[in-house]
Amino acid sequence: MDIPRYWRLRNQRYRLEGTECTECGEKSFPPRCVCAKCKSDSLQPFRFSGKGTIYSFSTIYQALDTFDKDIPYSIALVKLEEGPLITTQLADISPDEIKIKLPVEMVIRKIYEDGEHGPIQYGYKFRPVLNK
Amino acid sequence: MSKIMKPIRQTGIIGYGAYIPKYRLPASEISNLWRDGQDENFLPIKQKSVPGPDEDTITMSIEAAQNALKRAGTDPQEIRAVWVGSESHPYAVKPSGTVVSQILGIVPDTVSGDFEFACKAGTEAMQAATAFVGSGMGDYALAIGMDTAQGKPGDALEYTAAAGGAAFIMGPAEEAVAVLEGSYSYVTDTPDFFRRAHQKYPEHGNRFTGDLAYFHHIYNAVTTLMEELNLKPSDFAQAVFHQPNVKFPRKKAKDLNFTDLQIKEGLLVDFIGNTYAGASVLGFTAALDKAEPGDRLLLASFGSGAGSDAFSFIVTDRIKKVRSKAPDTQYYVRREEKIDYARYARWRKKIVMH
Amino acid sequence: MRQTAIIGIGQTPVREHWDYPIRGLAVKALRAAMQDAGTERIEGLFVGNMLSGALAEQEHLGALVADYAGFPGIEAVKIEAACASGAAAVRQAVLAVASGHLEIAAAVGVEKLTEFSGKFSSKALATAADADYEASIGLSFAALNALMMQRYMYEYGYSKEDFSPFPMIAHHNAQFNPNAMFRYPITKAQYLKAKPIADPVNLLDSSPVSDGAAALIIVPLEKISRFAGKGVKISACEITTDSIGLDNRENPIILAAAQKSARAAYKTAGVLPKDISVFEAHDAFSIITALSLEASGFVKDGQAPRLAAEGIYNIDGRLPISTFGGLKGRGHPVGATGVYQLVEATEQVRGCAPDKLQVPDVRTAMTQNIGGSGATVVTSILEKI
Repeated sequence: MDIPRYWRLRNQRYRLEGTECTECGEKSFPPRCVCAKCKSDSLQPFRFSGKGTIYSFSTIYQALDTFDKDIPYSIALVKLEEGPLITTQLADISPDEIKIKLPVEMVIRKIYEDGEHGPIQYGYKFRPVLNK
Repeated sequence: MSKIMKPIRQTGIIGYGAYIPKYRLPASEISNLWRDGQDENFLPIKQKSVPGPDEDTITMSIEAAQNALKRAGTDPQEIRAVWVGSESHPYAVKPSGTVVSQILGIVPDTVSGDFEFACKAGTEAMQAATAFVGSGMGDYALAIGMDTAQGKPGDALEYTAAAGGAAFIMGPAEEAVAVLEGSYSYVTDTPDFFRRAHQKYPEHGNRFTGDLAYFHHIYNAVTTLMEELNLKPSDFAQAVFHQPNVKFPRKKAKDLNFTDLQIKEGLLVDFIGNTYAGASVLGFTAALDKAEPGDRLLLASFGSGAGSDAFSFIVTDRIKKVRSKAPDTQYYVRREEKIDYARYARWRKKIVMH
Repeated sequence: MRQTAIIGIGQTPVREHWDYPIRGLAVKALRAAMQDAGTERIEGLFVGNMLSGALAEQEHLGALVADYAGFPGIEAVKIEAACASGAAAVRQAVLAVASGHLEIAAAVGVEKLTEFSGKFSSKALATAADADYEASIGLSFAALNALMMQRYMYEYGYSKEDFSPFPMIAHHNAQFNPNAMFRYPITKAQYLKAKPIADPVNLLDSSPVSDGAAALIIVPLEKISRFAGKGVKISACEITTDSIGLDNRENPIILAAAQKSARAAYKTAGVLPKDISVFEAHDAFSIITALSLEASGFVKDGQAPRLAAEGIYNIDGRLPISTFGGLKGRGHPVGATGVYQLVEATEQVRGCAPDKLQVPDVRTAMTQNIGGSGATVVTSILEKI
């Protein structure tokens, strides 16, 4: 992903900003242009809390070329506490610790580094909730 | 001339937060690989923290600052300065501070930039943030000391070069958990340790780094601070010194007539290593975690090149209300997963392919 | 609208065709189909393809293939819908003929994935997923399928080995298809030991990177007697869509687009699932075979692996699937796959499938071509005339 897209997506990647429908209250991530439920186009930005549970998961051993240097890494569908599912990488967890329903929280991590010369892209990942 | 630095408006720490990555490399791993385990009775520390492959000074700064924000309860939009002190900024050109500010929701009404002063970049940022708030330029300023330090494979520094740090939100004394009594900085040109541009690993002057650099600068900073404030070591509940290893801060405390008990809370190096710009400030958040209202705390950093910042803070009642709003420093110290040298070498890019 | 029929079929073997350019593959399949139909002309060409731009640095395939096939000047366009591009192109050809606009149209599916000497670009394939929220954070297609498979196993209590019948069926059938890529059977033990790709998806759950082209000649049903080829009626060819992002679906282990597409196809054709005697499934990954069977109404949700274990999807079972090897055994030349499925279903209905693959007395065959993780689905039903 090149710089313009990364820059444009920063509120989503940095702050989990989606949309909330002002008509029916439906919350969406990624942000929608039209409410997926009631089709209203009256949407406002909505920031998700970043808390959720694992809905499904996988550990990647053969990745897209751009992520090849990171294998093995784990990914998940996370059910956010506000409702929607989000696709994400997992952080600070080994494959045998991952379970469906495990509580997780958003953290900011490096997602992709474009070689030695290109930009470093930061964004959300999810990790097991810290039990302080 | 008065040497002590005191802002016009009384200023203090209104929120603080720590972050240490969860991975630990035991010193024995390094010893076994590079010295056949022959130095196992002389290891400078037990283990050091290692960042995950997806962590860097920016991501770690964000978590520490989020913890500081939780304790401060400040609206991020009211923070008017964001300064990240580190020797491991991910970019040579492009500030760490802007990424941190954007992610925390501080942008756009803020000044932001990066500090570099070896291991005292974090306290340098604190001095600047104090001045910024103390002069009335803004009500709140965020200062961070954070590093993912790299030691050359096989070098003595590899045992200790670690990752972690802390963030502080400086603000008006009325809202503070610890009010600044005064600070002092002592700086000279001393080439004890340096890293040239474009180099991955630093060079250091071995024994030269001890007496002439670390001990000399901290001694002068702390004794001047105490003289000017008319204080003696026994006036401090806890004192935190920069901690490149276990030996140095202990020796320094002894030279300055602080007891072992007085440096106990902030001495983390044996468990997490030398987190460079993060080292003294992490020790300080650990001390804040345990402090009682009315306690006086000493923070003295050291940065190669060289200099020392010394601060005297007095803890307020508010500490009890905010302490539990974020994980404490010991939580991050205890949260650990040991890794071997192979994983460390891969994650820290010690294996160079070209 | 007129009813339509397939009058000619053509295909190249599915291989790594290092020695053929994309235009060469497409023309080869198209000429074979025209020969089968007994025609020397076509009025329109619809080329199903996904990755020619990304891999061969060649877009504008409609004009290119028309020109190289010897028909510069005819209506010709490329149709793209990820892995469903092939059947989506067929749909356009069917509409063009059904509407009366064209009297004879060709649909060609073609894909050339081996256009790089280095590592195959799974990144290009991943453009079928949500680029901003799936691929760019590290999800390949195998990863998306792994997320579906893991949840499916959790919800229905299956283990990894319960999925072994699907690739085993595909490989068993592929060994008798001369155009298939993998002409050898596999065992359950091999399946369980296969290299992990995106746990629980392993190498033997995954269809291979391959090249190939397949073509159909489509004419009005009432005019098939004018041609030499043996006509097969296109009773339905229905295309539907769903959210492109797996995370935006109501239920990620239900292929809602496949449900809609299959229901529409049954309605258009006037048949029921029980009337189907052969089903060419889109077995790009084992989990997709199960979800496709369930969404198409052949079996209740969560039951497909159980029935597969009983052998009902075997070539001699009650509902044979992937009879020419499917995507797993024949190979998955992405944008060509949907056309291969229809070529194979045509052979089953005509009764001219290779020995050991011909299902006896096929009156009605169904194909389902799935794009992405289920965002575009084309279900087609062919009937004996």
